[in-house]
Amino acid sequence: MIKVEQLAKRYADVFAVDHISFEVNQGEILGLLGPNGAGKTTTMRILTCYMPATSGTATVAGYDVFRDSISVRKQIGYLPENVPLYPEMRVKEYLTFRAKLKKVPHRERKLKIDECIEKCRIKEVQNQIIGTLSKGYRQRVGLADTLVHDPKILILDEPTIGLDPNQIRQVRQLIKELGEKHTILLSTHILPEVEMLCGRVIIINKGKIVAMDTPSNLESQLKSGSNIVLEVRGNGEKIKNALSSIKGVKKVVWHDKGEVNNFAVEAEKGMDIREDIFSNIVKNNGVIREMKQIAVTLEEIFHQITTQEQEVMT
Amino acid sequence: MTSTGTIFQREINAYFLSPIAYVIIAVFMVFSGYFFSVMLGLTQEATLRYSLAYTQFILSILTPVITMRLFAEENKTGTIEPLMTAPVTDFAVVFGKFLSAWALYNIMIAPTAFYIIFLAWVGSPDYGAIISSYIGLILMGGLFVAIGLLVSAATKNQIVAAVIGIVALLILLVIGLASTGNEGWFYSCLSYLGTYDHWDTFTKGLIDTRDVVYYSSFTALLIFVAVRIVESRRWR
Repeated sequence: MIKVEQLAKRYADVFAVDHISFEVNQGEILGLLGPNGAGKTTTMRILTCYMPATSGTATVAGYDVFRDSISVRKQIGYLPENVPLYPEMRVKEYLTFRAKLKKVPHRERKLKIDECIEKCRIKEVQNQIIGTLSKGYRQRVGLADTLVHDPKILILDEPTIGLDPNQIRQVRQLIKELGEKHTILLSTHILPEVEMLCGRVIIINKGKIVAMDTPSNLESQLKSGSNIVLEVRGNGEKIKNALSSIKGVKKVVWHDKGEVNNFAVEAEKGMDIREDIFSNIVKNNGVIREMKQIAVTLEEIFHQITTQEQEVMT
Repeated sequence: MTSTGTIFQREINAYFLSPIAYVIIAVFMVFSGYFFSVMLGLTQEATLRYSLAYTQFILSILTPVITMRLFAEENKTGTIEPLMTAPVTDFAVVFGKFLSAWALYNIMIAPTAFYIIFLAWVGSPDYGAIISSYIGLILMGGLFVAIGLLVSAATKNQIVAAVIGIVALLILLVIGLASTGNEGWFYSCLSYLGTYDHWDTFTKGLIDTRDVVYYSSFTALLIFVAVRIVESRRWR
C-alpha cells in the first residue's frame, strides 16, 4: 500500500530523513518507532503530501505523492501530532466540514459521520464545542476525521501522546479495531504501544532506519543473553565460584551483604541455566531466597539501538 | 469549486462565531458615522463623497484586521496541516478564504446604506454617484482583502499580519494621495499605483474601465501570489 524508496528530506545541512526505504503491506499495522527528532513526523508529512521530499520516491496506494498528490490525499486519513482542530466549531459541524472537504457524497455524508461518531465513541460530545473538549475526546474527534471518507490507509502521528492511561487504553483499543479494516502506519516513542499494536516495527534514528522486523523477532535477535538475579543465604565466596563454573555463564556479579548475598548472573544467548544454578547452589549449602529472570524488553532494545547506533539490519 | 464553497462557509462561520466580526463592524460604524455627520455638518451637501474619502483611511486599518487570522491562525495552531492534506487544491483554499473575508468586508459596509436613507430624507442626493461609490468600495475591498490575505499567508503571527497589512495599505493610500496633482511620469506612476486616485473617480460618479481593471487585476495578481506563498511550503 505504501512504498518508500530512498526517501530523503534535507533541512539546510541536516538530513531529517536520510534515504530510507520501506514498504507497508495491505492490512498491516506498521509502527514507526524512534526518539524525538528522529524523522518520524517528516516521513509522515511527506507521505501525506504536506511537504515534498528532497529526493527519492514514495507511492501511496499506487499514486506518487508528488505527482498525484490529490489522489494520494483521497486515499489517506492523516492524524497530525497534537491533533490540531478548530476550537470554535462543534464536533459534528467539524466532521461535516471535513467530510465535505474530503468530497464524501452528499447522500452518504450524514451516515458516514454518524458511523465515525459511533466508532470513535464521541456520541456524547457530538454537539459540544471542540475548544471545551478534553484531550482524549479531541484525539478521538481527530480519529473520526481521519475515518470520515473511508480511506484505505491511516497515517497516525503519535496518536496517544499526552493522554492519561485510561484514554491511552481506549485509543489503542480503537486503533486495534481500525487495523482490521485499514492499513495503518503509526508513529510513537512509546514502546509497549508498538508491542501491543503493531505487526511490524521500524526503528528509526537520526533519519536512518536502524531496524525493521516484528517486535518479537527484534527481541530474540537482540537478546544478548538473559540475566538472572539471585538472593542467596550462604557462603558468598564459595557460591560465586560455583556459579562461575556453570557452563554458559558469562559473568557473575556479587554483592556481599553479610549473611545474604546478591548475585547477578549473565548467561549466554539462548541458554537456560536456571536449573544448573539451583543445583550448584544447593551443592554448596546455599539457600535460595529469590531467583528472577530478567527478560530484555523492547525498551532496552530501543535504547541500545538508538544510543549505540549499531546497525542491526536494514 | 465545491471545496472553495466549503472553505468559504467555514470561514464565514468562524468570523461570526468569534467576536471579531462584531467588533470590527461596530468600530467601523462608529468611525464612519462620525465622519459622515461631521462632513455633512461642514458641507451641508447631500453627498457621501467627502465622508467616503475618510472611510478609505478607516478601511485601510480595519481590513487587515479582518484578514489577519485567515492563514496566520491556521499556521500557528497547526490546523493548516489537516487542511492541506485533505484533497483540496491550494487555490481552492486561498480563494475560499479570500471570498469569506471579502464577504465580511461587504457586510461591514452594508449598514452605511442607512446614511443614504438619511440623505434622501433631508435632501436629494445624486444616486448615480452613490451607486458608483459603492461599486468602487466593493472593488477596493477586494484589493484590500487580497493584500491582507497575502500577508497572513506569509506569517504565523496574527499581529504581524495585521500590522504589515495596515502599513502596506497606508503606503498605497499615501503614495496615491501625495502624488495627486503633481506633474511628471514619476508622479503619474505613483498615483496610478496608489489606491486613492482610482477610488476618487468612483466617488465622483464615474465608473472608468481603467479603475475597474486596476482593482480587479491587482486583486487577481495578489491572490495568485498568495497561492504561491501557500504552495511554497512544498518547495522549502
